[in-house]
Amino acid sequence: MPDTIPAPALPVGHYGYDQVDRAFLADRVEQFRDQVARRIAGTLSEDEFKPLRLMNGLYLQLHAYMLRVAIPYGVLDSRQMRELAHIARTYDRDYGHFTTRQNLQFNWIRLEDTPDILARLADVDMHAIQTSGNCIRNVTCDQFAGAAQDELVDPRVHAEILRQWSTLHPEFTFLPRKFKIAISGSPNDRVAARFHDIGLVAKPAPDGGTQFDVFVGGGMGRTPIVGVHLRDDLPEEDLLAYLEAMVRVYNEYGRRDNIYKARIKILVQALGTEGYRQKVDAEFASMNRARYRLPPETVAAIRARFGTPDLNAPDDAAAQFDRARRADPAFDRWVRTNTHPHRAPGYISAVISLKPAGGIPGDATSAQMDTVADLADRYAFGEIRVTHMQNLVLGHVRQDELHALWQALRAADLASANIGLIGDIIACPGLDYCALANARSIPIAQKLGARFASPELQETIGPIEIKISGCINACGHHHAGHIGILGVDKKGEEFFQLTLGGSPGSDASVGQILGPALPEDATVDAIARLVDAYLVHRTGGERFLDTYRRLGAALFKDAVYATA
Amino acid sequence: MPLHENGSLLEDGRLVPDAWTTLDAESPLPATGPVIVPLSRLEEGLARPHDEKLGVALPQDAEIDTLRTALPRLSLVAVTFPIFRDGRAFSQARALREHLHFTGEIRATGKPLPDQYEFLLRCGVSTVALPAGSDPDIWARAHTRFRTAYQPSVRGERAEGFALRRLLG
Repeated sequence: MPDTIPAPALPVGHYGYDQVDRAFLADRVEQFRDQVARRIAGTLSEDEFKPLRLMNGLYLQLHAYMLRVAIPYGVLDSRQMRELAHIARTYDRDYGHFTTRQNLQFNWIRLEDTPDILARLADVDMHAIQTSGNCIRNVTCDQFAGAAQDELVDPRVHAEILRQWSTLHPEFTFLPRKFKIAISGSPNDRVAARFHDIGLVAKPAPDGGTQFDVFVGGGMGRTPIVGVHLRDDLPEEDLLAYLEAMVRVYNEYGRRDNIYKARIKILVQALGTEGYRQKVDAEFASMNRARYRLPPETVAAIRARFGTPDLNAPDDAAAQFDRARRADPAFDRWVRTNTHPHRAPGYISAVISLKPAGGIPGDATSAQMDTVADLADRYAFGEIRVTHMQNLVLGHVRQDELHALWQALRAADLASANIGLIGDIIACPGLDYCALANARSIPIAQKLGARFASPELQETIGPIEIKISGCINACGHHHAGHIGILGVDKKGEEFFQLTLGGSPGSDASVGQILGPALPEDATVDAIARLVDAYLVHRTGGERFLDTYRRLGAALFKDAVYATA
Repeated sequence: MPLHENGSLLEDGRLVPDAWTTLDAESPLPATGPVIVPLSRLEEGLARPHDEKLGVALPQDAEIDTLRTALPRLSLVAVTFPIFRDGRAFSQARALREHLHFTGEIRATGKPLPDQYEFLLRCGVSTVALPAGSDPDIWARAHTRFRTAYQPSVRGERAEGFALRRLLG
């Protein structure tokens, strides 16, 4: 049947499925339909069903089933975005939640609807495979890939290769714990490579090909650790062989007796970097390298299934853009915060903030999803990226069309000018949704957003990353926040512990606990005092993080606790 | 098809007779016939006449290398899944094929899920001792569920023609 549907043009920015990929997904949907039918009929117990539903991204949360849909390397096309909007409208409560792993979660799903939802996703070449379980999860990527001025290699082709390689991998689908890989192609790390189980940074090789910097054993959770640098010269043709060796060593030696000690970071710490490297090298040396070789022809074949944008801006695009900025200060402010330089003359990348003041970070309504899809078609080759900061990006926008795009975004309440600023908060779903949480993260994010709503104030404060986790599992990345907020339970009451000095980037660091946890109603005020102290003590163009690193915690501790 | 009785063995999605006797840590070693001994009794097994078939049951935390010298004498290695989530046996099976070039039977024991069947085969497992209460039909369906895979395996499947894809079955 699929043979009769004409193949659409290749999607810009991500891999275009062929009939074999579609047949595979159809088989997968039928497999799950069969499993759900067995569960509803009672022939599968919840215990037996649990691993099967988890392999299709279906979690049982506090109040309902949650379905996590994979968005490989964070790139989707307008057709896929419209389908997500349709699913949100039809099967959920008219919204979806974009996650820090560049995926999308539906929070109010009925079990009996999931086979149909997966079938609808498969119609647009999407799935929920390996969005949970102790397997290799969605490979995340730089949100400005293929567009950024500072990029050396577009990492999305390799991200797709890793997606395919890890899909139903026979050996690595029952690892000691979940496994997260991030890949960047820029020396400016925007993927938190050093906070992943494996972080890869692609760069040009001396022979003109591609090679990789490899980081391993980073992570957050209960034991935040900055990953170690394993090697800097991994040739492209050995990419899969070397990853096989890295993951095999983990599968064989990673701890399975305690889920809090089961991530690869614990193994790397236990063996030491050198000990782990020796085991990987021994495995790499004895494996059948020819079997796992990634030949340049394979890379080229996958690259050929990526659509590429026809970048062709008019000569006066930049001049028109300058005029619009001078004429419209509100637009100019949004441009200063919500855009990123593009490699091609006359183009720019635009970030659509999903952090309106007082809103829920990462949520988008069905109507907003449809609007973004329409705008992507009109202005950005139909391509949309999800960022690990839970925002959206249109990667290739003509500079002379940016003002019109901004006006359309503003009309849809999608033009908050706060990217990288204090309003651009990451928050986990917290106790509003999650069975693991100790505290509600979302209300704190909403109150902070409202407190610092003024765009002028946010721009005065400058770059600062606030990240909120509702429990020690750290899904809100609080360890990597310039200001981290961790929800803790004190005798049944929600308290919040502050950490300062974390960073996810090339200068990765783990934040340090500032002092005793604060009650909820004192937390927002305490952060306001922290920010005031920073504004008093900063010099030049110093970011909050730089001031903290220069002056240490003492003055911030005074600011928070002196009046508390 | 009725639920299987203890001792049912699956090969290529079909129930097959099992000629092997699995020994525990104490039972006396029979003088003849194919037996699977625990790793702790490997020396004892190796002392049997060389024309008697010998297999060994490998715990999930054992290093494959412990079998290196004995392997030419072994016709079968049993790997085990104490719970389905413990995936170490996948790596053990794959290493037996890839590193030690073992060509005998690799048998999966313990509590694997039918949904893991194709993974087992692709890591080099040849037979599955079905967990008590298994429905062999579900295992058989799992075997034919997918037509392609996205990566090479020690089974050496034919390339599908694009990228790393392989044709299953």
